[in-house]
Amino acid sequence: MNSADNKIILESTLAKRIIPCLDIKDGRTVKGTNFIELRDAGDPVELAAAYAIQGADEIVFLDITATIEKRKTLAQLVNRIAKTINIPFTVGGGIGSMEDVSVLLGAGADKITINTAAFNDPSLISTIAANAGSQCVVVAIDTKLEADGEWYVYLNGGRKRTEMKCRDWAKQLVEMGAGEILLTSMNHDGTKKGFALELTAEIAGSVSIPVIASGGCGSMEHFAEVFLEGRADAALAASVFHFKEIQIPDLKTFLSSKAIEVRI
Amino acid sequence: MNLAIIKYNAGNIMSVVNALERIGVAAQITDDPATIISADKVIFPGVGEAGSAMKSLEKNNLHQVIRALKQPVLGICVGMQLLCRHSEENNTACLGIIPVNVRKFKPDFSLLKVPQVGWNRIHDLQSGLFSNIEEGSFIYNVHSYYAEKDEHTIASCTYGLSYAAALKKDNFYGVQFHTEKSAETGDRILKNFLNI
Repeated sequence: MNSADNKIILESTLAKRIIPCLDIKDGRTVKGTNFIELRDAGDPVELAAAYAIQGADEIVFLDITATIEKRKTLAQLVNRIAKTINIPFTVGGGIGSMEDVSVLLGAGADKITINTAAFNDPSLISTIAANAGSQCVVVAIDTKLEADGEWYVYLNGGRKRTEMKCRDWAKQLVEMGAGEILLTSMNHDGTKKGFALELTAEIAGSVSIPVIASGGCGSMEHFAEVFLEGRADAALAASVFHFKEIQIPDLKTFLSSKAIEVRI
Repeated sequence: MNLAIIKYNAGNIMSVVNALERIGVAAQITDDPATIISADKVIFPGVGEAGSAMKSLEKNNLHQVIRALKQPVLGICVGMQLLCRHSEENNTACLGIIPVNVRKFKPDFSLLKVPQVGWNRIHDLQSGLFSNIEEGSFIYNVHSYYAEKDEHTIASCTYGLSYAAALKKDNFYGVQFHTEKSAETGDRILKNFLNI
């Protein structure tokens, strides 16, 4: 099948996606390092519009303080985003039910991302897929490499360990109807030492849906690695963009010079 | 200009309205046959599953209304697929306005993911819909099904195989990609449709 594989690679001009992630708290953008320290990095709508103009392919908004009383505020923010930007965007954080999903999609989100709730009740994935289509269901996995050499799934923003291995959960959530996987290595997140290449390659190579790599990027080379070695379909990052350590136009020019298809 | 967006049970209608507002155009979202028939132009959006979308149209008799339209009509994504003859998605008989069949991509794991999600290039651009759009421009896609190429193809895209990214027959236009989410290129295509 090697020659056929090569043929398929040549016959697709789908671009690798660059996705800034905006963590939202009280309507403002923040980014934690190793899920703890938070720094303020601006207004989400303005920041998203700026990223869209710079060439971001998509934007992810994660409401890290999502609670029931905040839900309405989030929907209003989503509505403002939908009216402002002309690229797709995903919203997540504390989504626990089809009702939560309907509110966000109704406000204009293109996709939603779910994590803990999907793990605790995988039928939520199929419910959303049946009601709104697989294309809008991005299942996020936070995973950690442990001493036994296995990647385990963590919940509740990395605070709760499970016995589930990442590769097993990835296969299950595809069967339930997920449209994409947002894969975050907790070992790499916040380190700026690069993405989890082996993990990303393993998961991307074992599921039939796109995989978005997340966690650990600190340089433009890291993006090239995660597309070439990690076989990721998209790469997500936050602080390197928010603090202008990497500018998206420069990043795309760099990736293009490495013969990686990107939208310029 | 009097622009109608067909309202039925199929997803991305607000995204289309938002995109039109960004380029300064107001539209009526309607399932009223008289309003649709009298509009100068009609947009037929869609996200979701072809079979239930067809049922939703038939429930309101909109399938007959759409077939009889004489003004420019733009189908987007599933809207485009419904303009075709048949879809492999739940073996659905579509509107049959453009005599093209809709098939499913075959996934090949890390090499060819299904659905196709993301930005891909359009080529072989024909018709005024693509005025001032450069060959190889990127547009945003989310789909598992594609229309086969034939003489109605006015733009091609490559994903494992070459398929019809846009179709035209008489006054009916269809785009597989989400022009309402395709940045400046998408905005220009929408404007081009409004200028036809």
